[in-house]
Amino acid sequence: MKRNYVSTGVRKKDAMSLVTGKPVYTGDLVPANALRVKLLRSPHARAYIRSIDTSKAKLVPGVVCVLTWEDAPNSRFTTAGQTWPEPSPYDRLILDRQLRCCGDPVAIVAAETEQAATQALRMIQVDYEVQTPLLDFTKAKDNPIVVHPEENFRALCDVGTDAKRNLVSSDSFTVGNLDEEFSKCDVVLERTYNTLANSQAMMEPFCTYSYYDEYGRLTVVSSTQVPFHARRILSNALEIPKGNIRIIKPRIGGGFGAKQSVVSEIFPALVTKLTGRAAYLCYTRQESMTNGSPRHQMQMQVKIGATRDGTIRAIDLYALSNAGAYGDHGPTTIGLVGHKSLSLYGSLKASRFTCEVVYTNTMGGGAYRGYGATQGIFAVESAVNEIAAELGMDPTVIREKNMVKEGQVMPAYYGETCNSCTLDACMAAAKEHMNWDEKYPRRVLPNGHIRSVGVAIAMQGSGISAVDTASVEIRLNDGGFYTLLVGCTDMGTGCDTILAQMAADCLDCDIDDISVRGVDTDQSPYDTGSYASSTTYVTGGAVMKTCAELREKILAEGARILGVDPAQAEFDGQKVFVPGTDKSITRAEIGWASYEGHSKLLTACQSHSSPVSPPPFMVGMAEIDLDPETGHVEVVDYVAEVDCGTVINTNLARVQTEGGIVQGIGMALFENVQYNEAGKLLNDSFLQYKIPTRLEAGTIRVNFHPSYEPTGPFGAKSIGELVINTPSPAIADAIRNATGLSFRNLPIRAEDIALAIERQKHD
Amino acid sequence: MKLTLTLNGVRCTDEVQADTTLFTYLREKGCLSVKCGCETSNCGLCTVWLDEKPVLSCSVPALRADGKKVTTLEGLQDEAAEFGAYLADEGAEQCGYCSPGFIMNVLAMSRELTHPTEQEIQEYLAGNLCRCSGYQGQLRAIRKFLAAKGGCV
Repeated sequence: MKRNYVSTGVRKKDAMSLVTGKPVYTGDLVPANALRVKLLRSPHARAYIRSIDTSKAKLVPGVVCVLTWEDAPNSRFTTAGQTWPEPSPYDRLILDRQLRCCGDPVAIVAAETEQAATQALRMIQVDYEVQTPLLDFTKAKDNPIVVHPEENFRALCDVGTDAKRNLVSSDSFTVGNLDEEFSKCDVVLERTYNTLANSQAMMEPFCTYSYYDEYGRLTVVSSTQVPFHARRILSNALEIPKGNIRIIKPRIGGGFGAKQSVVSEIFPALVTKLTGRAAYLCYTRQESMTNGSPRHQMQMQVKIGATRDGTIRAIDLYALSNAGAYGDHGPTTIGLVGHKSLSLYGSLKASRFTCEVVYTNTMGGGAYRGYGATQGIFAVESAVNEIAAELGMDPTVIREKNMVKEGQVMPAYYGETCNSCTLDACMAAAKEHMNWDEKYPRRVLPNGHIRSVGVAIAMQGSGISAVDTASVEIRLNDGGFYTLLVGCTDMGTGCDTILAQMAADCLDCDIDDISVRGVDTDQSPYDTGSYASSTTYVTGGAVMKTCAELREKILAEGARILGVDPAQAEFDGQKVFVPGTDKSITRAEIGWASYEGHSKLLTACQSHSSPVSPPPFMVGMAEIDLDPETGHVEVVDYVAEVDCGTVINTNLARVQTEGGIVQGIGMALFENVQYNEAGKLLNDSFLQYKIPTRLEAGTIRVNFHPSYEPTGPFGAKSIGELVINTPSPAIADAIRNATGLSFRNLPIRAEDIALAIERQKHD
Repeated sequence: MKLTLTLNGVRCTDEVQADTTLFTYLREKGCLSVKCGCETSNCGLCTVWLDEKPVLSCSVPALRADGKKVTTLEGLQDEAAEFGAYLADEGAEQCGYCSPGFIMNVLAMSRELTHPTEQEIQEYLAGNLCRCSGYQGQLRAIRKFLAAKGGCV
């Protein structure tokens, strides 16, 4: 197939409207008469509402309603945007009398103005029975404090749930004979690693408005990654039929998984349902941080064994995940901790992964770019770096010896075969570009700072195998232009453009001949949504099928008009013609003909799902400058060598990589999550939760080493999540190479390093 | 209280509360390019110009703009498109939510600094957060934009 657009850096179709500040986001489109919605949030991590007095709040001029648990439906649901039946338990109510974390919603106020709503919040009087919270997730299982004692708690899937024991889920798998393999190892290390509940910190907070449309259907306009799942979740939560709900997704100001949960949608929707009025809720940054859908906090124990020659034979990995107050995405994120870390090593003769996800009274978790793989890869890659040091081996060499290769079966990855992988080329290029052999492990600069390097490898998936489903529809319009209708959600990543690039090449047309539209659940074809690194791979697959079908239809219709057998005719994207004759009809003419007289509307719609989830791979290398006096670490250079299969949009793939690495640098070094003893989150603003600015980003150098994935569109795999996985282990490795000290808890703050260096001096 | 200012070249007189921020006022006036990303003056999304100087509109009382000139991206559409095209050609606008505030500051910088070094650029724009791009593509766009304007780095 000719490639005019695939593998080029086409400008995003919406780029110019974004850079000129056009009003295209949810908050820009709110109807003038919409009620302003505000939430009264729990000041306690665990409490029971004895009573609520809303009478004074209702007297505030402009207040239209004040809703409490007595006004809300009693059906439990999950806010996790997943295919039904969701693995996440149904453990939430819109407003619950039992409060399970600080910031849990206590009451909903809707008023004509924001000021009135804010004033009314202060007038609500709540009598709380304050209870002792369960905050330490390592003590959650079988704790006398039960986070979800309610009788109507429901788990739809068998994921090892036991709410009475605070277990959201539990699982394990074993490959090979662990004891036997460990006994053959010369070196066996056991290490524990900790990661925190990082905030996605997308620039646009959670934001939604809702109204009843002219047909009396509840219409919800929201910044969501999962419009079709949101429709079902709202149906569950509000106890109204799915058919009465319509979800519209305008432009999204970033998601990173945060908006794979239905976080803000439910509250204005309930107000609209009960008042009939349009209603608008935009979370503050503080609310987005205290009651969003962050990464799951995890503790991981790694036992790793290798022979003296550096062959890694066995890894035993245990992960404990803190779901917080609600189980959204808990049972599924934990799976990736094992599947997407152990599978990096083709040399493993035995491996085991055991996991438990527990409830506590901290904020509920969600989906965040990397989705468990990030945590698992931090632990396993750090352990590999530590065992390399123990063996006196260069950490790049131990990986070259052990890492997965094309053609290998990956037993820990659902038994899938690795059909596309250029990790070896990525590693060779990374060493060359970083000048690794010269820089490893460190050198001391004249100013006393230490320059050192560190390495990690990573993988992810491409969609959820046999679950994620995408449909697209393409129409040939009068005049010959195409409309591409998609149900996946461009959240800034550029998937609308990427899919148009594929369609333009499949249809041999100009990309400007394709207009893209998504997402409105009343008009767009079904798509599970944009998560799990699925849009390029899964929705792209649907584009390929749909274009093939449409080409045949155009050819058949052209041939019919020309009065010839389609077998004799060809369609070159511009015209249907019979070779060797002057019989020809243009695409534009066929488009007109299909409308005039309405002989035949030329449209195609295909769905796609993949039985496999081919992993993209990468190597990340960090060069840091460490000040041993203060412990300050600056990432001065980062080399990323990426195999995402065929690169569909060279610019967008590069920017995804750069963005993911900087987000990963934040996770590694700055982004702290601290609770006080009462369970209140302290890092609830950009003052306290420090995401990287451009001064912390350093230089990032990205190169692609495309393999060809046979099941992917044009040979493509995914890119979006993979790229956040290497910074934490690579930077931790560089810090160890600089100081000789291993840091196993994220973030690795300057003070942690400085104090450890001090302690080392005194030891 | 009465507020009179020149907004994107148009003289406006409005009644505002003493505690109304310039951000809230501008959104109500339909300047929807101005975004809010935090409540703590950390993100730079709400950057506008007050008498040609960039300010965080979330931290400026609307009444401070009395008698002054306020400029938002709505008033700089040609310049926004000119620099924005460089950003778009890198794919670095990504979700675009931080773009208006960032571009307001880039345009202010290009007027204020004649031949900025890379360090000066990074420091000038340090208050404009972006969670998508990792900042690298933004810097590539700025370099190309300044080079084309003759204010190369």
